[in-house]
Amino acid sequence: MNAPLLQVNDLKKHFPIRGNLFSRGGGGRVYAVDGVSFEIARGETLSLVGESGCGKSTVGRAILRLNDVTAGQVVLDGQRIDTLSPDRLRRIRRRMQVVFQDPFSSLNPRLRVRDILAEPIRNFGLARSSAELEEKVAALMDTVRLPRDALSRRPHEFSGGQRQRICIARALAAEPDLIVCDEAVSALDVSVKAQIVNLLQDLQREFGLALLFISHDLAIVEHMTHRVAVMYLGKIVEMAPRHQIFAAPRHPYTRALLSAVPVPDPTARRTPMILKGDVPSPINPPRGCRFHTRCPYVFERCRTDEPELRQRVEGQWAACHLESLPEDAGKGVPAE
Amino acid sequence: MTASITSSVPVPPGLAVAQVLPDLMLPVKVRRGVLGFLRNNPTVAIGGALLLLLVLIGVFAPYLWTVDPTALAPAKRMRPPSEQYWFGTDALGRDVFSRVIFGTRVSLTVGLSVALLATFAGLAIGLVSGFVRWADSIIMRIMDGLMSIPPILLAIALMALTRGSVRNVIMSITIAEIPRVSRLVRGVVLSLREQPYVDAAIACGTRTPMIILRHILPNTLAPLLVQATYVCASAMIVEAILSFIGAGTPPTIPSWGNIMAEGRALWQVKPFIVFFPAAFLSITVLAVNLVGDGLRDALDPRMAKNL
Repeated sequence: MNAPLLQVNDLKKHFPIRGNLFSRGGGGRVYAVDGVSFEIARGETLSLVGESGCGKSTVGRAILRLNDVTAGQVVLDGQRIDTLSPDRLRRIRRRMQVVFQDPFSSLNPRLRVRDILAEPIRNFGLARSSAELEEKVAALMDTVRLPRDALSRRPHEFSGGQRQRICIARALAAEPDLIVCDEAVSALDVSVKAQIVNLLQDLQREFGLALLFISHDLAIVEHMTHRVAVMYLGKIVEMAPRHQIFAAPRHPYTRALLSAVPVPDPTARRTPMILKGDVPSPINPPRGCRFHTRCPYVFERCRTDEPELRQRVEGQWAACHLESLPEDAGKGVPAE
Repeated sequence: MTASITSSVPVPPGLAVAQVLPDLMLPVKVRRGVLGFLRNNPTVAIGGALLLLLVLIGVFAPYLWTVDPTALAPAKRMRPPSEQYWFGTDALGRDVFSRVIFGTRVSLTVGLSVALLATFAGLAIGLVSGFVRWADSIIMRIMDGLMSIPPILLAIALMALTRGSVRNVIMSITIAEIPRVSRLVRGVVLSLREQPYVDAAIACGTRTPMIILRHILPNTLAPLLVQATYVCASAMIVEAILSFIGAGTPPTIPSWGNIMAEGRALWQVKPFIVFFPAAFLSITVLAVNLVGDGLRDALDPRMAKNL
């Protein structure tokens, strides 16, 4: 039971820049994910946060083997899945399912809900008879709190939140151990978002699901996660249990991200920590610490040495040369 | 304030009950079934009706007060339209009405066969090309090559290699039309396979053939159907052109193209010989294009009416 459900070891995913007939693309590569390691225990939620283009979704897709990995290992329950043959991979896919961001393009518009939900059950042979299949599909609708008579409708007859429930039901149909939620609530409006998050939490408790929750919405993450991993430019810069990371971030990037979260109090006076410049290109990431071009606390060593992800306090890992972040009133956020 | 509103709750002082306003949006009647679809899309209905009429004309050509379209009557050459010869007679004394009515068969056969064959061939090629990366570059370069030749020239060249017959006309126009269809299918497939529901199906353990069959193919049908109507219209025109220049159907089979070709030299003195087949060709192509345009609007996923 103590062995983690999913282990990701030094995962790398590089995309070659494809040339055309007249240029070869210069042999360049996009270092989308460049050495990411983490573990997810059974029934745990790990949130992967970071800004657009930092490689969060690529990590999710690599775990699901929707993309092949360039290097590194993905281990599910003690079994390496990054090297499996297509046929054995197909069988192991039952244990990892996915919910995507856009509920409008995640469902085939031509299929009825019944057929959408039956697809994984049939593929993995989870029902022995058509009566059992029908029973399972109906039970799934109950699980995601949709009416059973909606089974013979098509996706366009549902709202965004309802469609996302169908997506969750489809993921649950395979009876998985892990669901990758790739920005699963980002496209929904706030009240629906809350419903879907609560549903996911209930399902997690009920089925002991592990969730990899990929998001850029820190308010939602704070509400529902056990642990948080912060990604920047294809690497994890900080990973810690929720309370620790929100109370005392150990990496300047995490601090900047947290200071960007809006506070629902118009009288609160804060001096947000504003980062200079843009994210560098993942085609040519900076030498040394990848964050040094934008870090307010940068010093000489950051430009040459790449910091390791080190454990600072129990469970909290950060990749920064600074032992602790300065209490900088001018630039930083006021301490909690 | 009109007293049309009756309420048991007393209105507090200083407030008034608003008047009932007329509905700005009248209730829309939901129409279902084939007839409902046609009423919602009058363009398709009109085009379809015209096309149906032409098909009936083609099928029942021998019974529509026609005579043998190849029967010569040198004594009655170049008669203007009259009660006996509705569309007049041509330079060899043949009845233009009968020739035009029988010519419907050639045009429709060529149009529909080419649409069908080019669509199926293009679908197969497009699916392979959209799914098999290494085949894609080879197939698409060949298609680019074919597309760089105007379809009429390609069809003429292909006809020059064979004998003039309806089957050969169909084959050569089909070959000339395939690149356009396969390019369309490839484009649709490439965009569909990036759809999250395809990724979700992969994650659900669906095998590739099933993904193509269940998730890709049904969603390519709408644009393909529209394209097929355009292929059909263009095939009819190309057939007429081929026959007009003498590279199409043999002179023994009346087609609108060769009726016009034979009337060409006389068109300043006897314009009716060219006029009637030309009018039929225009109306047929118009009908097919109306159906195509109507279907394109009706099947546009952005205006998801009642699917």
